[in-house]
Amino acid sequence: MNSISIILYIVGAAFDIFGCVGLLRLPDVYNRLQSATKSVTLGTCSILLGLFIQFGFSATGIKALIAIPLLFFTSTVAAHALIRGAYKAGVDLSDRTVVDHYKEQNK
Amino acid sequence: MIDILLYILMGLSFLCFLRVILGPSVADRMVAIDIFGILVVGICVFLAIKTDRLFLIDVAIAWILISFIGTLSLAKYLTRKKLDE
Amino acid sequence: MKKITLFIILFLIWMAFSFNLETANILSGVFAALLTTLIFSSRFLTSWKKFYNPVRYFWLIIYIIIFVWECIKANFDVAYRVLSPRMPIKPGIVKVHSSLKTEIAKVILANSITMTPGTITVDIIDSDLYVHWIYVKSDDPAYYTKKIIGRFETLLKRIFE
Repeated sequence: MNSISIILYIVGAAFDIFGCVGLLRLPDVYNRLQSATKSVTLGTCSILLGLFIQFGFSATGIKALIAIPLLFFTSTVAAHALIRGAYKAGVDLSDRTVVDHYKEQNK
Repeated sequence: MIDILLYILMGLSFLCFLRVILGPSVADRMVAIDIFGILVVGICVFLAIKTDRLFLIDVAIAWILISFIGTLSLAKYLTRKKLDE
Repeated sequence: MKKITLFIILFLIWMAFSFNLETANILSGVFAALLTTLIFSSRFLTSWKKFYNPVRYFWLIIYIIIFVWECIKANFDVAYRVLSPRMPIKPGIVKVHSSLKTEIAKVILANSITMTPGTITVDIIDSDLYVHWIYVKSDDPAYYTKKIIGRFETLLKRIFE
């Protein structure tokens, strides 16, 4: 049982690494948010799931299990708020952008 | 094993701070702070396993909620509106 | 009925978080859940009859399985784009029309879009969703509507409407 949770911890840390590399490499704030939110959230969810498998149905395990949907909804809503705020604040899209239908709404 | 993973997550949070220093716009810095908030949850979990102090999971849950509210208010600041609009 | 349902859900969440069975703990849980129910009951569970329909829960389970699978796929997709040296990205913001009516269904749809490969919701105006897409494959509205929300929309209609 313990080896499964070790594997989940390693997978979670690997996804966190991908997310942070994306945060440094990608060209503009929208793409950075894409990589960072998805990878880091799923990585941390995987770490919490590993904690649940390690401790089973005890106080710690149940708390880790509840923290997963909590983290999911809060991080997605925070991503919406940040990307909308960045657009309204006038942060430019990168030069590789091909279409922008949202511009017509914000005249 | 847990030690190595803990050091990896700490190094990643330094990468987030690098983005905070480099970030050309305000929004970049806020994204980095948001991601740092999620990484802290993982650090809390590994610290709880390593030091055997399981109350750190409660700290992690409280951190999720507080970093969510912090990010929302920062995003509200970006749209240049008052807080009740 | 609506208030009782909300009270029971809140009390179960409290018991799961605190996880001990002392009398003082249970009493403070009842008090906190009661207070929250009295203040916020007008905002949640506006149609509780749907809440007790077991068919919806069946579709919800199927939805969660599909969603977790898409989510794992999303992460490998993002990892590939980040790690490959040429960075194959072609970002853009597209407008997607959704036929969902209720607010909660639209919110869940927006959250699901955020967690699936390469897409993140920017804004919802009436029933149009503005989606930032990391690799715009084509300009045809019918194609990208099917590509982005086609997997979730029918299931969400069965769950929430």
